[in-house]
Amino acid sequence: MSLIVDIRKDLGGFVLNTAFEAEPGVTTLLGPSGCGKSLTLKCIAGIEKPDRGHIELNGRVLFDSAQHINLRPQQRHVGYLFQNYALFPNMTVRQNLMCALRGKYDRETRDQRVDEMLSLMRLEAQEKHKPSQLSGGQQQRAALGRILLSEPELLLLDEPFSALDAHLRDSLKIELRNMLHSFGREVLMVTHSREEAYDLSRRIAVMDHGRLLALKPTKELFADPGSVPAAILTGCKNIATAIKTGDYEVEVPEWGIRLQTAQPVGDNLAAIGIRAHYFNPSTAHNRFPVRFVEEMEEPFETILQFRWARQDQDSQPIWWRLSKDKRPQSFPKELGVAPANILLLYDSF
Amino acid sequence: MSNFDWYPLWNSLRIAAISCVLVFFLGIFFAYYAARLPRTVKGILDVILTLPMVLPPTVCGYFLLLVFGVKRPLGMFLLQFGIKFVMTWYGGVLAAAVVAFPLMYRTARGAFESFDKNLAYAGQTLGLSNSYIFWRIRMPACRQGILAGTVLAFARALGEYGATSMLIGYTPGRTATISTTVYQLWRTNDEAGAMFWVLINLAISTVVLLTVNLLEARQKKAVKA
Repeated sequence: MSLIVDIRKDLGGFVLNTAFEAEPGVTTLLGPSGCGKSLTLKCIAGIEKPDRGHIELNGRVLFDSAQHINLRPQQRHVGYLFQNYALFPNMTVRQNLMCALRGKYDRETRDQRVDEMLSLMRLEAQEKHKPSQLSGGQQQRAALGRILLSEPELLLLDEPFSALDAHLRDSLKIELRNMLHSFGREVLMVTHSREEAYDLSRRIAVMDHGRLLALKPTKELFADPGSVPAAILTGCKNIATAIKTGDYEVEVPEWGIRLQTAQPVGDNLAAIGIRAHYFNPSTAHNRFPVRFVEEMEEPFETILQFRWARQDQDSQPIWWRLSKDKRPQSFPKELGVAPANILLLYDSF
Repeated sequence: MSNFDWYPLWNSLRIAAISCVLVFFLGIFFAYYAARLPRTVKGILDVILTLPMVLPPTVCGYFLLLVFGVKRPLGMFLLQFGIKFVMTWYGGVLAAAVVAFPLMYRTARGAFESFDKNLAYAGQTLGLSNSYIFWRIRMPACRQGILAGTVLAFARALGEYGATSMLIGYTPGRTATISTTVYQLWRTNDEAGAMFWVLINLAISTVVLLTVNLLEARQKKAVKA
């Protein structure tokens, strides 16, 4: 059971060149908008045709440029949840779901399946409604129900929460996570939100400029993003160019400091990153004098911006993020960071 | 009134209805396929298909005579099968269809271009056939635009004068339409008769335009909802 993708598509000025394998469970393509993640989904679904490459699902070849195989979307058995859910506006919820069973089973079985799905998605009361009469969450459930009825071997989710209000997202995230879990097959999700990626997926593939930078289990990726774009995408705020000065030591010229690391430093080190949560005034290592710059308040957290004592005045200040109840009365004279919390970032190509 | 010659009304409606049906399918066909062509080919085709809308109808009629005239190759060829577009009522269908076609084509193209492609893709990934997607999803979603185009094409076909008079002339009881009859009656100083047909024409056009407005209002409402 697996999805194998190795494709290339040249759009003139933008080249998608990506290869990966997805295992059962949710794999997320995480990347900024325009990085080629949606295009990758469309190539897998057969909506877009790669210039060359190979796509295989559970041993079935969906696309192979060398063998001139290019199955139509109808033959691929790949479910695609669109950003706007793409419910057919002229049909009721029930008719929309019925579409997924066209030409399959007898009338009675079809009706029964649709009834079951309507109840699973808690849409019994809305079965005669048109999509425009549904809330965002109901639309998402209707679209998902329609896809599940078509019994896909692979589920593609394109920014599943972008069409929803912020306050709906969190509750729907839990709902979707449970549904995906019961689906039990490969799910490939595309998002630019690290929270969604972290919450929903087992593995994350980081994409940038049409290329895949890393594919790692979710927690590993956040603990060790490995490259600058991956560090940015996982939310690391403080990144600076660094030079290896020892097996466990790096110099950060922009910040005017040397840092001890817990991991051995590789020769091709490009930069280091420190997450905004990881500063500590009382740590034993890597502690240096700092100058306070500015404070930004959020509802429950505060961001204290500072510069290292020897850091250039024009350079980007460092972000220190902490919950409000832990905010010190006066800004500390020195701040440090544990060696284990230094992210070592390498050139991605 | 029992002996009154209603033929122009009947002939006009017949010509408008048949040409409207032809234009409906041809307009949708070209609108759908033109949208998929490469940009340059599409641009050229677009100009050719829209020309009849901006050319004087008499010029369209002239071109039609150039092609279908009984002394032209195609006209002579068709004559062998007893088909003659010059001076026949169905020649009027041809003239009206050519002139009304761009209205249908452009309105349908506009509707297709605003169609959400994801709906078609969703249908494909759900395993629906392309013809099902076209007739049951794309067409209903573009219904208002296509209906508006059809009504406009019908109205244009009904009021066609220039190309019609060039191609089929005016023969009472054979090729006479409302518009050619108005001209003929006015020319022969039958002002009352001309006025009668003018009023008929006004009545039909008003109904047609009211229908278009109603459709547009409903479309706006649908977009809001």
